Amino acid sequence: MSSSKILRTLAQAILAPLIALIVSVIVTSIVVSIAGASIGDFWDVIFTVPTHRNWVNITNQSSMLFLAALAAAIGFRMNLFNIGVEGQYTLAAFAAAAFAGAGWLPGKLNIVGALLVAMAVGAIWAGIAGVLKVTRGVSEVISTIMLNAIAGTMIGYLLNNYGNQYGQGRRTTPIPGSSQLSGWTPWSAGDGPIWTLTILAVLAGVTMSIVINRTRFGFDLRATGMNEDAAVASGVKVKRMVVISMLISGAIAGLVWMPALFGAADYYGPPFQRALGFTGIAVALLGRNRPLGIFFGAVLFAWLSEQANPLSLVADISPSVVQVTQGVVVLAVVIAYEVVRRWMAAYEQRELKQALGTEVRA
Amino acid sequence: MSAAVTEGDTTAGAPSGGVVVRDILKQFPGVVANHDVNITIRPGTVHALIGENGAGKSTLMKILYGVQKPDAGTISVDGTEVTFSSPTDAIKAGIGMVFQHFMLADNLTVLENVVLGAERLHGIGDAARAEVARISDAYGFGLDPDMLVERLGVGQRQRVEILKVLYRGAKIIILDEPTAVLVPQEVDALFDNLRELRASGHTILFISHKLDEVLDIADDITVMRRGQTVGEADPKTATKKQLAELMVGSELPSPETEESTVTDHVLLALEHVGVVDDTGRPVLKDITFSIRKGEVLGIAGVEGNGQEELVETIMGMYRGTGRITLDGKDVHHWDTRDRREAGIGFIPADRHKHGLLLDAPLWENRVLGHQTRPPGSNGLFITASDAKADTERIVREYDVRTPSINTNARALSGGNQQKLIVGREMSGDPVLLIASHPTRGVDVGAQAAIWDHIKRARREGLAVLLISADLDELIGLSDTIEVILRGALVGRFDPQSVTPQELGSAMTGGGDA
Repeated sequence: MSSSKILRTLAQAILAPLIALIVSVIVTSIVVSIAGASIGDFWDVIFTVPTHRNWVNITNQSSMLFLAALAAAIGFRMNLFNIGVEGQYTLAAFAAAAFAGAGWLPGKLNIVGALLVAMAVGAIWAGIAGVLKVTRGVSEVISTIMLNAIAGTMIGYLLNNYGNQYGQGRRTTPIPGSSQLSGWTPWSAGDGPIWTLTILAVLAGVTMSIVINRTRFGFDLRATGMNEDAAVASGVKVKRMVVISMLISGAIAGLVWMPALFGAADYYGPPFQRALGFTGIAVALLGRNRPLGIFFGAVLFAWLSEQANPLSLVADISPSVVQVTQGVVVLAVVIAYEVVRRWMAAYEQRELKQALGTEVRA
Repeated sequence: MSAAVTEGDTTAGAPSGGVVVRDILKQFPGVVANHDVNITIRPGTVHALIGENGAGKSTLMKILYGVQKPDAGTISVDGTEVTFSSPTDAIKAGIGMVFQHFMLADNLTVLENVVLGAERLHGIGDAARAEVARISDAYGFGLDPDMLVERLGVGQRQRVEILKVLYRGAKIIILDEPTAVLVPQEVDALFDNLRELRASGHTILFISHKLDEVLDIADDITVMRRGQTVGEADPKTATKKQLAELMVGSELPSPETEESTVTDHVLLALEHVGVVDDTGRPVLKDITFSIRKGEVLGIAGVEGNGQEELVETIMGMYRGTGRITLDGKDVHHWDTRDRREAGIGFIPADRHKHGLLLDAPLWENRVLGHQTRPPGSNGLFITASDAKADTERIVREYDVRTPSINTNARALSGGNQQKLIVGREMSGDPVLLIASHPTRGVDVGAQAAIWDHIKRARREGLAVLLISADLDELIGLSDTIEVILRGALVGRFDPQSVTPQELGSAMTGGGDA
């Protein structure tokens, strides 16, 4: 019985993503050929063995996507749709950059302080939506979308009034040299370093995996997501859970851009990478809200974006075509998981019938 | 035991809609829901299908309506064999169904509710309105097509449901326990409507376990017990006693209590408890009672008279006025978790809604509601191995039929899910058990086992609040019975001397029922 259970879990874990990948390869190929480019060239570019430099970029990018997706996934696990990871990480990135730039704390302590500021700002920004939901019944989808817009405007205002002029744009004061992190350079300096704070993704992933699967809090959270009425009857204070989950989700969202801030950017300004929060939602869906799944999803997305760069040169097609691939993968995964889940449920029923079939007519 | 079925007269003239069911078999994991089911429904009659809760009536009805497919057996309508793979097929064959729980959109009008999903028949405009009005007049429904459904009473809503199936051209109408939600006057009105329908050539399958009503309205009666049809009866000659015997069978264990174990120690006391719903309507009015250690207090009542609110108020899911004390301590400021930790076990009326995480394994369901104490957790972490070991114990002691404790709760049959819940709520030495319909939908063997567990716990000093629609269960298990009607306690009976008839009368508000 247990070996078949393992087999089933494996099938579910591998089958669904496999189906989804095949479907998205087919759909992307169709799109590429409609766009008038060569399908062979396209896939050649995507599946070229990455260079050292590519590997470094994929790793760095994956870590940020992973954090964004993890933040979204925590809400999703209890049916909270935190669409506001985007606003939360942007605002947190700005606040942390401003804090670190001010250099109130010495050296590495400054980094710790900035990380705490980032988490606090992200948590507060998400917490507003949580509190609105439990006290006023405002849908978190609506409020987080609005908070995204407000965050953007607010950063613009603050930068205009308190930021420094830099080239065409404005930015926060750069972080003092003693608080910058060089990272780990596995190959030559020209290939660039893997940022030190990518470790945050690993730490957050492991922590959340333990919290959700092993702790009482995680049980309450999952129970609320699976059946809110039953959770209430079991003694879960759902309103409190909503606020706490939003706070945690926001705190993790706050960390999203930290690897880049301390590893490369040194300030909040024009090269800031937007849309990680929205992409993170897609990655969370792709990874079925499980940390391990999100890890693979983040790597896949980072791979596609990184490998797509030379597309216009080599295959004469815009790199943004990989966004089609990314979108189709998410859709296909959601559908494929549901299909596989139904197969499995039917199989479980049959197995149950077989196991118990002999005694039923008693 | 043999089914005394006569060959159906499907050659009759004017009325059509005869249904013949032969040798239906339907298995669910762990339970045969239907086997050897044979029914002949003559066209243009009211045919009653009676049986206890869990006798397989619902399954048969779902098969007839195409919701579920039988594993074996045949269904014929007007002499033609049919197979339904969805309710759409059943509707095409002229079969319509009125569910016990209405499926209406409150914020739409009667007309909109009727037309919804059947827009092709008469459009959504004046033609549809005329048709709705015509049907309503023809059978004396008295429905205004433009009235919002939220303003309608229960009886009127039911007529909207019937109108819906008539609008779709149904000749055969299945009514699932239509009287469960009605007060006596509404029942009379419903029966008048049904007689009109019969007179106009419709065939009605009426599912119930209320014998008075069945004898009143039916032309033929088929009795189901333990998943099969066990006999037929002629309502002109049959007595309630005969029907009850057919329904219950001789082998049914009766829930007789032994000598009283009631102590003087008051465990739960409610004083003047009241609750109003969202719209300000009182749903519980001035409820006062107490339960002592070793006592089973039964609450009898037609469903929807405040039982759910009473249970949820005691569990802390609703906040009301008045005073509730548990073992002498005022629990007003305790939330649900505090109350559970104080030793209240809770068997909810709707196990899927309030009792289970269907997509979680059994052992996680063991933890649900007990996630703050061993064996479920040590306070911070879930202790999976302890929880699994205890789940194994429950599976063994309560005879939960499952291949493994890692199986998802969804895969189990209702009866086995219920046994798991009962086992869980009896774990951890509860001081008070709130049991809402503890044996609903479970097979007879499991029912007896659950009764035994409750009786044993009562001997050991457990206080039990028992809410049940099964009057025999109430009379058999309770030390005292209170009757609830429209949110208030209206009568107190001694189960030693009360009869189901007396209770039934009190439940419906006087001798007119």
